[in-house]
Amino acid sequence: MSAAAPGTSKAAHSDVAPKKKKGPGALATAYLVIYNVVMTAGWLVIAVGLVRAYLARGSYHGLYYSIEKPLKNWYSFIPIYVRLLSRVSGIVPSSVVLTGFQVMSRVFLTWAVTHSVREVQSEDSVLLFVTAWTVTEIIRYSFYTFSLLNHLPYLIKWARYTFFIVLYPMGVTGELLTIYAALPYVQKTGLYSVTLPNKYNFSFDYYTFLILIMISYIPLFPQLYFHMIRQRKKVLGHVEDYSKVE
Amino acid sequence: VKTHCRIYGCVEILDAKTKDKLCFLDKVEPNATIGEIKSMFHKSHPQWYPARQSIRLDPKGKSLKDEDVLQHLPVGTTATFYFRDLGAQISWVTVFLTEYTGPLVIYLMFYFRVPFIYAPKYDFTTSKHWVVHLACMCHSFHYVKRLLETLFVHRFSHGTMPLRNIFKNCTYYWGFAAWMAYYINHPLYTPPIYGEQQIRLALIIFLFCQIGNFSIHIALRNLRPPGSKTRKIPYPTKNPFTWIFLLVSCPNYTYEVLGSWLGFTVMTQCLPVAFFTLVGFIQMTVWAKGKHRSYLKEFRDYPPLRSPILPFIL
Repeated sequence: MSAAAPGTSKAAHSDVAPKKKKGPGALATAYLVIYNVVMTAGWLVIAVGLVRAYLARGSYHGLYYSIEKPLKNWYSFIPIYVRLLSRVSGIVPSSVVLTGFQVMSRVFLTWAVTHSVREVQSEDSVLLFVTAWTVTEIIRYSFYTFSLLNHLPYLIKWARYTFFIVLYPMGVTGELLTIYAALPYVQKTGLYSVTLPNKYNFSFDYYTFLILIMISYIPLFPQLYFHMIRQRKKVLGHVEDYSKVE
Repeated sequence: VKTHCRIYGCVEILDAKTKDKLCFLDKVEPNATIGEIKSMFHKSHPQWYPARQSIRLDPKGKSLKDEDVLQHLPVGTTATFYFRDLGAQISWVTVFLTEYTGPLVIYLMFYFRVPFIYAPKYDFTTSKHWVVHLACMCHSFHYVKRLLETLFVHRFSHGTMPLRNIFKNCTYYWGFAAWMAYYINHPLYTPPIYGEQQIRLALIIFLFCQIGNFSIHIALRNLRPPGSKTRKIPYPTKNPFTWIFLLVSCPNYTYEVLGSWLGFTVMTQCLPVAFFTLVGFIQMTVWAKGKHRSYLKEFRDYPPLRSPILPFIL
């Protein structure tokens, strides 16, 4: 790989939210508003589901099962498809690395860990990251919705750029603990693993892979976290400045 | 100073970001090239050797070429240029040599089953499958060929690239080489299902495309006289392996992927090799498309029948 890439472009940090300078047309705006409203509503459904189940049972245990279906079926995949569609149709310039990464990690945790390893589904750590995701996403999608409609209440903006301070580490802790809890079962059953000899001359050890994933949080999480902190300074630091940057 | 500059040409160099005046050259010949100006600038700022200087007319504009001549540029009696530091640079030759030597050595380490890779009882043993020996020869031949081409065949239009590229490139080449070599030379390696037939076919494809790839490199080299950076449209020559130029802009990549690596995949029947071929194919397609686009931009009479990398398809 030796072509001199003149200025490898670091994609702008924008999610499915329009840049102020080059706003999307009316149709695109409508499409984005609908998407963000649906996502806000969707995560609210999960939040309500969690609260109701907690009130009904009186304990934290097993709350995962009450929201398992919407979480798995709707809220991991819809963002992928929509973002893909947005990118393909060129409506919104979206940051491949940052958002793709986030969505991938959500899908990974939901399907490749929690769904795949039944034994961890009753772990408290699952509740920890589901709660963190739920609150984060409700705030985030309502932030986008209001931004698109050009009526962003300061409270929402403040929440978006403040709650993460607690929610990010909370979510990461939940995710890491869940992966860690899954390790012994993966090792015992050889889940998703391939051993030699085989005719493709390939092997894959899911157990080692999960450990590598956990290790990758070490360089990645601080970067994302401090990026948000910097954004916070920029956005909340100048109250009169409308949030152009994401 | 003004009259002096009207007669003798002056150049001032400002920092592109801060607009600070970095350098004032007051004895610049009108027919001086940007390359010469860079050397003069280097004298007053020894830490910025010419290769890492980007000189432009506009702070956000494109870099001027070393061959550009001062009097042909849209500047007044005192030319104002903007400078950007491109960062530490490393020569293409160095990068190529490093990134190709790695796979050569690494693969051999796995082939000879150096300790700490496989279980101790296999240390320094050799595989009982003859295809494994063949694969080692092919892989080694491929990288030796690349090293020799780097030293004797290629004529580079850019002398250098940013230093950080060498880490990125070497990780890619060395990493993949280790991953492939691990499986091919593994004690539990399974040879191809269709045995000799499969291996023989793969070998023919591999060799055919090695020759093809080499022919293209020679043809491209001959387009460019020694020491020059000219660019011309490549055309088929008497060598049949170059006739593919009729249909493809970058047949060196075509031969590399369709032939050498696909052949190697079939020969070893190893999934990691298939991955490597696929990733290489994607990267080379990106490069081929870029090259094709710049050919189209630069040459009005560029043959319309050609595709970037795969005839008619891509």
